[in-house]
Amino acid sequence: MEKRCTDSQVKGVSTGTTILAATFDGGVVIGSDSRASIGGEYVSSKTINKVIQVHDRIFSCMAGSLADAQAVTKAAKFHLSFHSVQMETPPLVIAAASVLKELCYKNKDELQAGFITAGWDRKNGAQVYVVSLGGMLIRQPVTIGGSGSTYIYGYVDAKYKPNMSKEECLQFATNALALAMGRDNVSGGVAHLVVVTESGVEHVVVPGDKLPKFHDE
Amino acid sequence: MNRADPKETCCHNDVMTPSLQAVAGLLADARSLSEVAREEASSFRSNYGHDIPLKHLSDRVAMYVHAYTLYSAVRPFGCSFILGSYDKDDGPQLYMVDPSGISHGYWGCSIGKAKQAAKTEIEKLQMKEMTCREVVKEVAKIIYIVHDEVKDKAFELELSWVGEVTNGRHELVPKDVREEAEKYAKDSLEEEDDSDEDNM
Repeated sequence: MEKRCTDSQVKGVSTGTTILAATFDGGVVIGSDSRASIGGEYVSSKTINKVIQVHDRIFSCMAGSLADAQAVTKAAKFHLSFHSVQMETPPLVIAAASVLKELCYKNKDELQAGFITAGWDRKNGAQVYVVSLGGMLIRQPVTIGGSGSTYIYGYVDAKYKPNMSKEECLQFATNALALAMGRDNVSGGVAHLVVVTESGVEHVVVPGDKLPKFHDE
Repeated sequence: MNRADPKETCCHNDVMTPSLQAVAGLLADARSLSEVAREEASSFRSNYGHDIPLKHLSDRVAMYVHAYTLYSAVRPFGCSFILGSYDKDDGPQLYMVDPSGISHGYWGCSIGKAKQAAKTEIEKLQMKEMTCREVVKEVAKIIYIVHDEVKDKAFELELSWVGEVTNGRHELVPKDVREEAEKYAKDSLEEEDDSDEDNM
């Protein structure tokens, strides 16, 4: 039997993850699964956290090579905290996304990491930005990423509505993650969700057995 | 908000679309500093994805100017710098940088040869209660007032503004507004001359 390639550094392929972010009326919900795998054969961690806080009201989800993504978010976190001190004001979400984009774009030959940056700032409210592998930066009301995202494009297109309430959006995100984790072998574990609004940040963790079940489960 | 240029050596430039600057002093120094401000604004925009807030730009230019006061190998910049902008969230902003590297925000400020006299005139104005068009006229008047007919050479008034009236873009004041301002300035001066004669 052919041994499957265990090299998870294959260029252009996003490795085992489902991440998403969605704006609702007054805030944004960011979510991810918690599985880290090597080559699709072995689960190296069941409870890894892929949603990193880069500033008080700004979060970033990692996709791609976790080592690259962790290195980039660490650098971005430092840069943003310094920037925030210089400006004497919390950074804008676009600034956080741009910092990540510069790192991804300038080092595109070495890195394999993509991000979803989402958060709230005083000037533009709730925002979601996608920084892709090569360093593209684009703003969207809702976005999904990682290998598991391919299974939920239909769900997201059909079920997302702008200006939902916080509870509706949380339910939408939980369902989306559950569906993706149900079909993608390299996504799984628990669902990490973060709700960011003007008033603060709320973490919600949904263990695997408490995830919504669908008709065939 | 607008500002009238100090006479003699003066110029106004665009840094990036939202902001304007006026300078007084050695023109070569001013041009070089102008380029510094442009680069700072440009690199900020490139790194952070949004236009640089004016206070931060002013801080950066001030730090640069200050650095030239620290070492004997270089001389301080021989010019002062006024930066202005309008943003729909932050409103109008005005900052000045002087050769020592100090930067402050102002409601009204003056630089150049007659800055003390202009400052006195500015202090008489209640800027918070005035509209942009009213301030244009007052500023033109101040320039005419501080111009010394005997000692100074003839001057040409340059007016530009940035504000809600221009949608945040830096533009030269339109011809009709400028002519109105100049007329107001000249008329006010004549009135004062007349009142002086009566007192005699």
